[in-house]
Amino acid sequence: MNGNIALWLAQDGVTNGAIYALLALALLLVFAVTRIIFVPQGDFISYAGLTLGTLQLGQVPGTVYLLAGGGAIVASIEAAAALRAGKSTRLPRIAVVQLGVPLAIAALAAWAAPRKLGPALQMALTLAIVVPLGPMLYRIAYRPLANASVLVLFIASMAAHYVLTGLGLVIFGGEGLRSNAISDAKFDVGILRIGAQSVWVVAASVVCMTALWLFFERSLYGKALRATAINRVGARLVGIPTALAGRLALALAATIGALSGILISPITTIYYDTGLMIGLKGFVGAILGGMGSYPLAALGALGVGLLESFASFWASSLKETIVFTIIIPVLLWRSLVSRHPAVEDEEE
Amino acid sequence: MSLSWRALAACLVVLIAAPLLLPEFYVTLLDYIGLATLVALGLVVMTGVAGIVSFGQQAFVGIAAYTTAGLTTLAGWSPWGGLVASLACVAACALLIGLVTLRLSGHYLSIATIAWGIAIYYLFGNLPLLGQYSGVDNVPAVAIGGFAFDTGRKSYVLIWAFAAAALLAARNLLDSRSGRAIRALRFRSVMAESCGVDTSALKLVVFVHAALLAGLAGWLHAHYLRFVSPHAFGVNAGIDYLFMAVIGGASNVWGAVVGASIMTVLKEWLKDLLPKLFQHTGNYETIVFGVLMLLLLHRTRDGIAPALARWLPSRTALPPPSGAREPPRRVRPAAGTPLLQVQGLQKRFGGLVAVKDLSFSLAAGEILGLIGPNGAGKSTVFNLVSGTLAASGGAVHLLGERVDRLPSRAIARRGLARTFQHVNLVSRMSVLDNVALGAHLRGRKGSAAAMLRADRGEEASLLAEAARQIERVGLAGYMMDAAGSLPLGQQRVVEIARALAADPVLLLLDEPAAGLRYGEKLALAALLRRLRAEGLTILLVEHDMEFVMGLVDRLVVMDFGEVLAAGLPADIQRDPVVVEAYLGGIE
Repeated sequence: MNGNIALWLAQDGVTNGAIYALLALALLLVFAVTRIIFVPQGDFISYAGLTLGTLQLGQVPGTVYLLAGGGAIVASIEAAAALRAGKSTRLPRIAVVQLGVPLAIAALAAWAAPRKLGPALQMALTLAIVVPLGPMLYRIAYRPLANASVLVLFIASMAAHYVLTGLGLVIFGGEGLRSNAISDAKFDVGILRIGAQSVWVVAASVVCMTALWLFFERSLYGKALRATAINRVGARLVGIPTALAGRLALALAATIGALSGILISPITTIYYDTGLMIGLKGFVGAILGGMGSYPLAALGALGVGLLESFASFWASSLKETIVFTIIIPVLLWRSLVSRHPAVEDEEE
Repeated sequence: MSLSWRALAACLVVLIAAPLLLPEFYVTLLDYIGLATLVALGLVVMTGVAGIVSFGQQAFVGIAAYTTAGLTTLAGWSPWGGLVASLACVAACALLIGLVTLRLSGHYLSIATIAWGIAIYYLFGNLPLLGQYSGVDNVPAVAIGGFAFDTGRKSYVLIWAFAAAALLAARNLLDSRSGRAIRALRFRSVMAESCGVDTSALKLVVFVHAALLAGLAGWLHAHYLRFVSPHAFGVNAGIDYLFMAVIGGASNVWGAVVGASIMTVLKEWLKDLLPKLFQHTGNYETIVFGVLMLLLLHRTRDGIAPALARWLPSRTALPPPSGAREPPRRVRPAAGTPLLQVQGLQKRFGGLVAVKDLSFSLAAGEILGLIGPNGAGKSTVFNLVSGTLAASGGAVHLLGERVDRLPSRAIARRGLARTFQHVNLVSRMSVLDNVALGAHLRGRKGSAAAMLRADRGEEASLLAEAARQIERVGLAGYMMDAAGSLPLGQQRVVEIARALAADPVLLLLDEPAAGLRYGEKLALAALLRRLRAEGLTILLVEHDMEFVMGLVDRLVVMDFGEVLAAGLPADIQRDPVVVEAYLGGIE
């Protein structure tokens, strides 16, 4: 390997690593606030990538049906709860917020799709379609389990991932899609040729991470989320509803998943089940960083991107094996340095 | 013979008659159910009972299948040699992964199993020696003597013989000394450690047991299908196995059969139905499985086997046979021997000093009361002395041996038994089993002996001892009830019985009288006096002053982590410093 190839591999690794870092942060965030190991994160990547690709073909993406259907399910769950509580005055609001808004977005997508709007509008539309699925998923799958143990929530995550991947196959079929790059320009920096898409990916990741940092440090909602992460009961006592925190956390995770999907879809072909592997690499990054610290998780994820890139050069067929095996020595090291016994799960 | 036993016998007859009567398709389906049952069974014990969630069992199935396929086709081994090699390989991998992850919190293990499953899948798919994604074919059938299990019907016998043996062994395991400890792993590992259970080692045993069952399934898979390819060992297979265990539930080992049957039959049916519906082929069944699993988790986390269990024979739990040999007893030190010395004990939680330079000592045969206002640090002292918490400074000597660096199970072995301020019982287990857990260190038969039922003599003596202690504390009427169903006061008394079953030299009781009625308190005080007369030493934390004053020989009063006063009960009652700490002084 010469310096040229090394630099090229490093650029590739940093580009993918930036996406993994973004995903690792989202996974940590969801885990801290809700104790959910958010495996379905990957499905949001696939959904967004394929939604954007379909819009670019001038067709209506199948995710609008999920949006409408999810809205209908959430609206009926909320309506039933309101009726049981004898608060039928809430019904109009539920109908508008839970059902009306998703239907409006779906209608907008159906109108916009054949008109092939500009790339920025298509991306915005993709976000508008995919992101609301996050809070819907929370309401349908996780909310009834809010008091369950981490491991029960983990099993629920696997179930939710199964449903979302299966639905992805139904609405998008088995064919993969690659969306158009935001820009095809190349920049020459010394001996290195950098694609504009890579710059976009890294820049967008950095902007997102900064925005997340500002959100958590500066905004009231961000502080509320952090409070919930540290002490759920305490947060509830000072008036921060855990359900709101859960919806918010999954909305953020869905946003980050969808953004990752949008960013990565011009680089790699996205299939209905591609997201799982990308999301899990975010997990590996978070674990390398110790599942606790955001900067370390980002660093760990960057490491995964680089490892993957160099592994694909040296032993391309064993690339995935190498990336996923790396957590074993890392966990070994962690279990050697950790002095505290594992925390006991509360009996349900 | 009751009706329900007849139902079970009928099931057995059906199982034996099935391959003779059913068409080939259904026999094949039953073969697959048998293979899945083996994997799910390991998960019922590991996930359902012990609370360790693995999504990577398919990797163990795959390792075993590839090991035996490789050795029999490439090196010409016999399938039986392949069995030994497969299981050895699986056990080594499970030991490595278990050692690495079991000490960390549960979700680390679960994530690690996913990652490791993916790594193994891609490894199988890319090794030229193992045929990459097209796999290994021409794997020989298993043969005994000249008889080869080379058809679906013949394999049925082999697969279900192994499955039935594994089911019986797992049932025996859960109904044993090890089984009680395994059932405490999920929510009560601190208590189990205080009873002398090495919970890390036991978790490893459970993890390796599940891996070996998966390995057995992998070996059978390779020689039944005569072909091995990576596709059978993808990530989804691991998720399916876990779902089987969740569907079946953890109430008993037969849940594995229920879960494996439901998932296998449903999958077969959906794979037929859904592609017609969507006019494409693909893994549409995951939608149904996912929705089913979510509904199940939302409605009941016990799985559906308990609902089915109503139709099966209910095992009326029998009280243990009386007259069993008493387990070995400890030699108690002579009255007056220095038993426990606490010197300069300290505990800091971050900036908070909970215990600050605390010293006291206890002689054999005395009852010492540790009292003090709420938050004085009494329970922390208990946790430090019993090894549940590690001290930040100072020393604790038990019978002259320094114990403050030892884990609680090692201190338990040296004769200390305790109760907990917050009741720490396995609530679904019977009172008898809970108390027998206290006698854990008085038996020595391990998991393997339990599976083979080679532990019955010892088990009877442990249960008889537990029953004796339950009678002694006056709860004989509740012996077979689930511990969680008792009123809280009685649950505390169960804790005392559990501690007594350990045959301790030193008994630590944390608020034993809380929640008891007046008459019950009198009975408890009488019991403690009787124990003292028998030479037992007792350290007691209690808020009920009437109870304490009439019972203890000496008192140590704590406030803000320090000794405020120490001496005879009558002197303490007159001590102005103590009165001020309790009543806030006179302005």
